[in-house]
Amino acid sequence: MPLTLDIALSHLKNRKRQTVVSVLGVAMGVGFFIAMAAMMQGFQHYFVAKVIDVWPHVVIKDEYRSAPVQPAQRLYPDGAVKLRGLKPREELRGIRDVKTIIAELNRREGMVAAPTLRGQVFLRYGVKDFSCTLVGIDPQQERRVSNLEHDLVAGSLNALYTNANGIILGEGVAKRVGAEMGNLLSVISPAGVILKMKVVGIFRTGITVIDNFESYALLKKAQILQNRPNVINQVRIRLDDVNLADTAAAAIEGRYGYRSEAWKETYQNIMGIFVIQNGIMYSTVSAILIVAAFGIFNIISTVIHEKTRDIAILKSMGFGESDIRRIFVLEGLAVGVVGTLTGWLLGYGLTRLLGLVRFNIEGLISAQGFFLHYSPWHYLLAGSFAVTSAVVAAYLPARKAARLNPVEIIRGAA
Amino acid sequence: MSTPLLEARKVTRILPGQVPVTLVQDIDLAVAPGEFVAITGPSGSGKSSLLYLLGLLDMPSSGTIYLEGRDTSTLSGAELAELRLRKLGFVFQFHFLLPEFSVQENVMIPMRKLGGRSNEEIRSRSAELLAELGMEEYLDKKPEQLSGGERQRVAIARALANDPLIVLADEPTGNLDTRNGQIVFDIFRRLAEEKGQAVITVTHDVQLSALTQRRVRLVDGKIVD
Repeated sequence: MPLTLDIALSHLKNRKRQTVVSVLGVAMGVGFFIAMAAMMQGFQHYFVAKVIDVWPHVVIKDEYRSAPVQPAQRLYPDGAVKLRGLKPREELRGIRDVKTIIAELNRREGMVAAPTLRGQVFLRYGVKDFSCTLVGIDPQQERRVSNLEHDLVAGSLNALYTNANGIILGEGVAKRVGAEMGNLLSVISPAGVILKMKVVGIFRTGITVIDNFESYALLKKAQILQNRPNVINQVRIRLDDVNLADTAAAAIEGRYGYRSEAWKETYQNIMGIFVIQNGIMYSTVSAILIVAAFGIFNIISTVIHEKTRDIAILKSMGFGESDIRRIFVLEGLAVGVVGTLTGWLLGYGLTRLLGLVRFNIEGLISAQGFFLHYSPWHYLLAGSFAVTSAVVAAYLPARKAARLNPVEIIRGAA
Repeated sequence: MSTPLLEARKVTRILPGQVPVTLVQDIDLAVAPGEFVAITGPSGSGKSSLLYLLGLLDMPSSGTIYLEGRDTSTLSGAELAELRLRKLGFVFQFHFLLPEFSVQENVMIPMRKLGGRSNEEIRSRSAELLAELGMEEYLDKKPEQLSGGERQRVAIARALANDPLIVLADEPTGNLDTRNGQIVFDIFRRLAEEKGQAVITVTHDVQLSALTQRRVRLVDGKIVD
């Protein structure tokens, strides 16, 4: 063993209790970081996977982001003409020429598209009224762009064809109106149309906003209800590679002019929450590790105070400033490394423990426990942060120790 | 006369401060190989300060110290440390052994620091050194288990570990009874006579200083005799 390490370890062994406390401080920081990161990232990954799974990757809406470019402006693009007070076009809502658009999109590589009509309706069953979104779909096309068929807990998509007026309810919707499979509901639209519809399916995606507020029916029925024959107001698109959603959305919007949202944009709020969540996690855990670093600073300072005579004799023996500094930095490093290793075990144990916890939540998504994400990155990140802060915490007093004047110490002792 | 091993020329050391304190002044001193020198004088006369200067632990305010004819005033801290490691050995009034290490490990430290020897060599050499000082039975003991005289002998063995040219001792017997003091001085004399190592020791013990070949008496930071 190198001499400096030997001396460093002898100091730590001599102060067992303090060393153990410092090591535990680091271990807790590292362990909590790992457990928290596993929990938060687990949830975030699950959520994103769910959204990608359930939600179309890109949605074309019957809206425009901005007013169309006026002919006068197109002619003089350098600002010879400036028009103010422009508003986006107001016209009959709906995507025009949707058949061509869908045919074109379906011809593209790695992309499938399906038409839908979304609109608000009232469900009335017995004495209960409940407002929800009714999505009119073409089951043949829909099953290619979403996992609705997978998420059915009762009934089937094809039942929409075989029943004259079939409706598929979200699990939460069904619960709220108190309807079960086979029940007849009144569906009332803002246009004043009332249809008696039969529950032919119930689905559960796990994403609360969808399960509690959406229902599906045939596109034709939705158009009748909304009194908008042949109109479609959303095109749902699924991609082979979900990472291309942003570019695909931008390309589609550029081509057709209709507002096209990638799933990230639709869930922007929640993605923003994730960023804040991560920020909170990192700062909390850094705080724990900074406290641990103070512990290391404390123990190294105490050791140095106690060992001034040893430092003097080592210097008289021919140890240079860098040797003395190395001794004490090694002490911090040892605490950091042992703390990190202990923390890894602690973190792994905590994560496993969290995995055993069972409960039911209805939040953003419904779940029966924590979603945990095991990643070596969490371990590396926590470890490198812990070791770095341990070394910095040790370096400060070590530098002071290295500068001690041996003559003063020996004189003081004599 | 050939080049002295260690030579001080016009060495003065003043502690800076609001009231500067002159520790030693205009010291001229040369020590040859094999010499056993005692620096004596009343307390506060600057004996220890002179020893630290000669041992390159402290730097003179003016004047120069030559080790084997080499000017040490221009050397860096690291170079001075290297010289202390290779050429000098210190013994202090208090033993200053590292309490966590055994007797033998303490003696091994300077050799491990210097490097160049195998672990086996270091171990056997440290055992030999301790045996020469009559400490062969205490190799694995911790310093706290030894008496004052025994500790001082371990400290001497440690000072001798790297075969220094010069052994510098600061009141090495100050904490010892007469008999142990006598033993320590006998060891020093043997070193000087048999191995040709120079020994410089600070002492205020007149009886012991009488055992040395040469005495340098300091009063108020100046050599008087």
